[in-house]
Amino acid sequence: MAPTTKLTIPENFLIKNSVNTYWAELLETLLVKARNSGADFAEIFLENVDNIGILAEQDDITSVSPSFGRGAGIRVFLSGRDGFVSTNDLTPSGLAQALDKALGMLGLKTTNSASLTNTSLLSKLKNYSKQKSQWILNCPTPDETSDKLLLATSLLKKYNKSINVRRGSYSRSWQEILVASSDGTFATDIRLHQSIGLNALASDGNNRASIGRRYGSSDFPDDLREWNVELSANDVSESVGTMLHADYVDAGQMPAVLANKFGGVIFHEACGHLLETTQIERGTTPFADKVGELIAHPSVTAIDEGTSKGAFGSLSIDDEGMEPQRTVLIKNGILQNFLSDRAGELRTGHPRTGSGRRQSHSFAAASRMRNTYISQGDYEPSDLIETVDNGLYCKSMGGGSVGPTGQFNFAVEEGYLIKNGKLTKPVKGATLIGEAQEIMPRISMCANDLDLAAGFCGSVSGNINVTVGQPHIKVDSITIGGR
Amino acid sequence: MYSTNLDLDQRGKSLLEKLNSLAKKYNIKMWDLGAACSSDSSAQVDSGEAKQMKGSQRSNITIRVWNESSLVGVTSTSDLTETGLEKAIEGAYNASRFGNKNEIPFFSPQSKSPLAKVRQPIKDALGIKKLLELLIEAESSLINSHGAIKTVPYNGISETNYQRLYINSDGAYRFMRRTQSALYLYARAQEDSRKPRSSGAIRYAYGANGLDIEGCIKEASDRTISHLNYKPIETGKYLVCFTPESFLELLNAFNSLFNARSILDGVSLSDKDSLGKKIAVPSLSIYDNGLHESNISASTFDGEGTPTRKICLVEEGILVNFLHSEATARKFGVEPTGHAGLGAKVSVGPDWFEVSNSNDEKTDISSPDHKTYEEKYVLVEGLNAIHSGVKASQGSFSLPFDGWLVNKGEKVSIEAATIAGDIIELFNNIVNVEKINVITPHGICPHIWVEGLSITGEA
Repeated sequence: MAPTTKLTIPENFLIKNSVNTYWAELLETLLVKARNSGADFAEIFLENVDNIGILAEQDDITSVSPSFGRGAGIRVFLSGRDGFVSTNDLTPSGLAQALDKALGMLGLKTTNSASLTNTSLLSKLKNYSKQKSQWILNCPTPDETSDKLLLATSLLKKYNKSINVRRGSYSRSWQEILVASSDGTFATDIRLHQSIGLNALASDGNNRASIGRRYGSSDFPDDLREWNVELSANDVSESVGTMLHADYVDAGQMPAVLANKFGGVIFHEACGHLLETTQIERGTTPFADKVGELIAHPSVTAIDEGTSKGAFGSLSIDDEGMEPQRTVLIKNGILQNFLSDRAGELRTGHPRTGSGRRQSHSFAAASRMRNTYISQGDYEPSDLIETVDNGLYCKSMGGGSVGPTGQFNFAVEEGYLIKNGKLTKPVKGATLIGEAQEIMPRISMCANDLDLAAGFCGSVSGNINVTVGQPHIKVDSITIGGR
Repeated sequence: MYSTNLDLDQRGKSLLEKLNSLAKKYNIKMWDLGAACSSDSSAQVDSGEAKQMKGSQRSNITIRVWNESSLVGVTSTSDLTETGLEKAIEGAYNASRFGNKNEIPFFSPQSKSPLAKVRQPIKDALGIKKLLELLIEAESSLINSHGAIKTVPYNGISETNYQRLYINSDGAYRFMRRTQSALYLYARAQEDSRKPRSSGAIRYAYGANGLDIEGCIKEASDRTISHLNYKPIETGKYLVCFTPESFLELLNAFNSLFNARSILDGVSLSDKDSLGKKIAVPSLSIYDNGLHESNISASTFDGEGTPTRKICLVEEGILVNFLHSEATARKFGVEPTGHAGLGAKVSVGPDWFEVSNSNDEKTDISSPDHKTYEEKYVLVEGLNAIHSGVKASQGSFSLPFDGWLVNKGEKVSIEAATIAGDIIELFNNIVNVEKINVITPHGICPHIWVEGLSITGEA
């Protein structure tokens, strides 16, 4: 059998014709059954996924990992409570069993009495997958991908001889979804996410340093083809070369200037999670009753949206079938809105924002961030640095997290000391910690160079694609952990 | 037609026949398959009411094939229909064109060796309603245990039935089934004009009836309340005592030290010549023992079908063994150790660490002990943000932590601080490995004392 250039060609099992006939009839029957059984609301989420991951190490492709699958998540609400069941069995009987189980969780017994009929429950299909069916075929082949990744790892070697571990990775996630719910929602979409990672570890016998960068996009089949591999390899090799001989940072409290792009992880961790309605439900956000109040420095305006073309956190519809909005979270320091999903709206009263997201059919949707960033200000980035006598410049961030009392942390991958308004020596090993209520008022300056960076966010509904972003910002004082 | 609600043991033989037939069709010389199925139920509550109840049935298979050039390809799927199986084997065959010529895995030479016998009683599920009752009672008891505890924002109870299968074209057949239940309670407490504090506890058992619910409530309550009296700590170098849980967290974060895959990839602090070298004080010994009777999640075989076993990694401070898959073991000229996954590039990972004092008789009686030590030290309860604060390939860590400053027996919770250091320096600055080993959900370890660790605080 001759090898094919495409490893897999997904079967669009949710194609329009079958959606309007087979799936419409089956799902409507199930939703009517749920409502007739006493549920306030019912939702069925179907997905068909086809993914591939490719890894280049040194000068070889060491892993090609295709995967595919299908599944359904069925969620039923009754008086604010919900039962959620997921299954890989998409047969009519499999879905019916899953619904019965979800109803049973809420103490409801399945009934077929016809207080509602099957007709006209679902609205006309909203088909967001038009023009998208060819995306998967237009993505780079494994051969193309392998060549590009191997070019990246070879450039790392070329640009910096002290790099002795070189890795390039690519992942493509293709997802076809169908959402049907008892309020009439009936929508289908195709999503495409691609991400590229480039990592280097350098050593000179006495010191070691590692640097990683990630790039990502949504709905853009040519993303890898248009990736500027030379620029990325140069960026990574320069950074790892600089950090190889960096000293450990001296710990303490000091002002910090955080670079744009992935610097936005500070807002994501320090504040963004606390503005999700899931946090109100849990009682774990200090901002629950602060809408209309000043919670940040007046220089801070923060946005979360799912609409930026091609951004990693953008969506045509969220996982509950709603078109994403541009949500102003904070305007001039004043809290404006929370991010809300269906359960959040039901339990907290905050209207849905198209932010109901989940990793897969195995998770119930929850209010989650999409593309989240601090808006740009009027300063040049150098203006911020010039105001600092003794502080830290965080050029590149690692990941971070936020705890149940609002304490956040994130790691600095590439840092420089600021002395008398100028960048000086590189430093490593810094971790920034703080609490949102204390730090947000200390973001006193925002530069004019807003940019976004792709990332992954793990929380209650699994790992999802997001972007973080900001211009250069200055934090007047923050605790910097180190040695 | 294959049922998608697979009973793996019943279906194993028909899977074998179907895959042999597909292998012939695609001219595949060798193949193996790893499969896992689970069904679980879980509940979360809020203020005495059910909040969310979940149920799931999941299945996943990974098929690995060797093509006519002996190159390996892999595909994974949750679609266990006959069509799905054929698509998976075709996908794996097509992927084999990209197989790594420099490292071709084979079947484990131990994939048909006898497996250890472990005691893993299979427990009947209680059902979601009973789980909900238990959790509502537990939440109420925890809130009532202290006036400052207002909510239990993170809570959950679950029960899972889990099956695993490994088969290959050479006749290996491995199957295991286990049941498991878990309970977690994380409380939030707050006193007037003070910041909220949070902590919690977790318990595992083979079934929900076996969960130590009272113990979980008491531990969550005690831990949370112990953080109400908090102060910032001054930045400086401290004598630190790691609780068993926190030391195991750190050890797991740096498991690449013992991982042959990481060594071959150049991302471990160890190298091929590290065996026999001193990496820690002589009082420290470390084993990996996935078969320990307290490991509720024990598996008797790894992703390649190799039997799980106990292996000594560090003996009296000397690195003596690495963890291996089939391919890494072949490169090192040793036997696989039962720590492999299954994939295009086979991963290696630890099961369950056992840390102990190498020799009680050599322990200095004047060494600090957390029950009796009177001078000032920091007791580290738990480490946070390990995914971002650990640079395993460099040996460094800088991590937020929960803990207390202890002085003359008085414990004061530490507000917002980080701990930083180098793992090898830490291993060599250990001043005591206490004698009493504590069983935790993630391994066994005593309290371990380290001098001179950097702590950054806000005082």
